[in-house]
Amino acid sequence: MAERLAMPKSWHLESKPHKFCPGCGHGIVLKILGEVIDELEIQDRMVFGVDIGCSLLAWDFFDVDTVQTHHGRTNPVMVGLKRANPELLPIAYMGDGGGYAIGSQHLVNSAFRNEKIMAIVVNNCNYGMTGGQMSPTTLPGQKTETSPYGRDPKETGNPTLGPEMVAAIASPGAYVARATVSNTKQLKRFMKKAVENQIAGNGFSFLEVISSCPTNWRTNAKQTWAFMEEDMANYFKTGELRTPDENKEG
Amino acid sequence: MTDKPVQEEKRVFMTGNEVVAWAAVAAGADIMYGYPITPQNEVMHYWTRLAPKFDKKFLQTEDELSAGFATIGGALAGRKSFSATAGPGTTLFQEPVSMAEMMRIPMVVVVQQRGGPSTATVIYSQQEVNMVTFGGNGEGWRVVYSTATHQEVYDYTIKSFNVAWKYRFPVFLLGDGYQAKMREPVTMYNPEDRGIELVEAEATLGQEGVPGKDRPARHIRNAYSVEEELYEASMPIQEEWEKMAEEITEWEEENIEDADVVIISHGVVSRAAIAAMNRLREKGVKVGYFRPITLRPFPNQQLREVAKKCSNFLLVESALGQLARLVKDALFNIPVENFDTIYKPGVGITAEELVEHIQKTR
Ligand SMILES: Cc1ncc(C[n+]2csc(CCOP(=O)(O)OP(=O)(O)O)c2C)c(N)n1
Ligand code: SF4
Repeated sequence: MAERLAMPKSWHLESKPHKFCPGCGHGIVLKILGEVIDELEIQDRMVFGVDIGCSLLAWDFFDVDTVQTHHGRTNPVMVGLKRANPELLPIAYMGDGGGYAIGSQHLVNSAFRNEKIMAIVVNNCNYGMTGGQMSPTTLPGQKTETSPYGRDPKETGNPTLGPEMVAAIASPGAYVARATVSNTKQLKRFMKKAVENQIAGNGFSFLEVISSCPTNWRTNAKQTWAFMEEDMANYFKTGELRTPDENKEG
Repeated sequence: MTDKPVQEEKRVFMTGNEVVAWAAVAAGADIMYGYPITPQNEVMHYWTRLAPKFDKKFLQTEDELSAGFATIGGALAGRKSFSATAGPGTTLFQEPVSMAEMMRIPMVVVVQQRGGPSTATVIYSQQEVNMVTFGGNGEGWRVVYSTATHQEVYDYTIKSFNVAWKYRFPVFLLGDGYQAKMREPVTMYNPEDRGIELVEAEATLGQEGVPGKDRPARHIRNAYSVEEELYEASMPIQEEWEKMAEEITEWEEENIEDADVVIISHGVVSRAAIAAMNRLREKGVKVGYFRPITLRPFPNQQLREVAKKCSNFLLVESALGQLARLVKDALFNIPVENFDTIYKPGVGITAEELVEHIQKTR
């Protein structure tokens, strides 16, 4: 446990403390990613791509080459890098708005083409950075700034099931999973397998992480955790949806 | 596999799009990211035929946003990457290009103009001038070469890669549907045989060594938290852009000294302008000619010099005053004797109509 408390070696110390709100899930995801970078020793090959949205606050987070790009366009930038230099390990990092709304065609087509990049979507059920509007993953009945009476699926459709969609269209060699910041052991296992899938060059790797946004949810610590572990967990099931060897952890 | 795709000078007869593909190979381009749109499609067709022979790569993306951002990724990886587009595709390219301006990414985009607005025609116009010079959010820190002949398509494609990688601003090569599709003779050459040194591509991300240990990590961004920070980031870019402008601005002029009227045009229309000038000169009518080759940076100073000698202008373009806007901006504060125009959006302009127009108005 003591080890867990230490900062990963790949973290860029000058940019700490980081700029996410207290209680935000992004910090946990990035900590796990940092540990995986350390353990797999990929600091020299990895390129980290961050989107617009709260993920952009990670533009100088690691001692890893990083590019912050446009809202929803992180996947194509990573694709461009990988195709031009297959030695690199590009990891795209974005929110559910960036991944499933504005950038959905890039996600779908990267998956279809089985691009040898990794994409992480941090699902916090809203557009965090712009102040808590409804996002593709906002839950039915959930109140946001643009669904003040609660999301009505009759009007707006159902929440996007990203990993299910990607798993349905992915090719052999792809890795697709969903994890949550409330189970960091599993999150780390999946994160590591996704990165290892990249190192092996098998195909597209996709990880959705259920994450908290207490600022926009207007929740205290207890309510935040309850929303993630009950409401979100009900809708978004964690587990592996696709693995290269088809041995899945459910 | 050969490292010099064009071995020795050779006279060929081909379409403009084919010329672009060959010139890109000769310029050392490594990878093209593209999305189909007429009239640039054959750039991709020829590139994909040439690519395997010269160890080059290609990806057909899901749209132009992806093509543009993937081109940026390629450049960040240190490969000469490019794309080609037109019309609504040029619209979608404004987002990646504005990022390239801010991040100083040497992306090259060939635009073969078609008619506008929106889908319009797939054939010809000069209506993408506004968009390639100042489209996107930002200050227009980009370079735009407007070509008139296939030889120029070849020469300026090579130059586009060199200027992009030397100065690290995005570069547009602006042609049009006529240039894209018609055939004419071109001399292909290996740039180095003509003393044109190819600027080396350099990786921004993924250089040698472990970041944080052997070298600092590269953290590049185009989002800034506060206004002052953006100001501080922008001013040096503007300064470098202006410095570059002095070095790369290009134009062409003829018969200005004694001119009674000067025709201003760009791109393929300037061929009609030159022909009209020559025919009228034969008849003793003193016609001059001015053509910006770089639309951005615009040859402001050079045009102002012309205006001191003769400012009876006839501006012609296959658009409704897009070139005229750049020209009027350049001439700001200079007394102009006469500013006559022929605007024909989407339609070509012939030497005959220019001759007739000038004879009628004199
Ligand atoms: C083209 C474009 N449209 C809109 C925006 C404004 N914008 C900035 S961040 C953001 C929302 C991001 O939400 P999400 O992707 O869910 O990430 P989060 O902030 O929740 O981590 C939006 C819409 C933008 N930057 N660019
Ligand atoms: S707004 Fe939400 S997602 Fe963004 S940093 Fe704050 S808590 Fe995290």
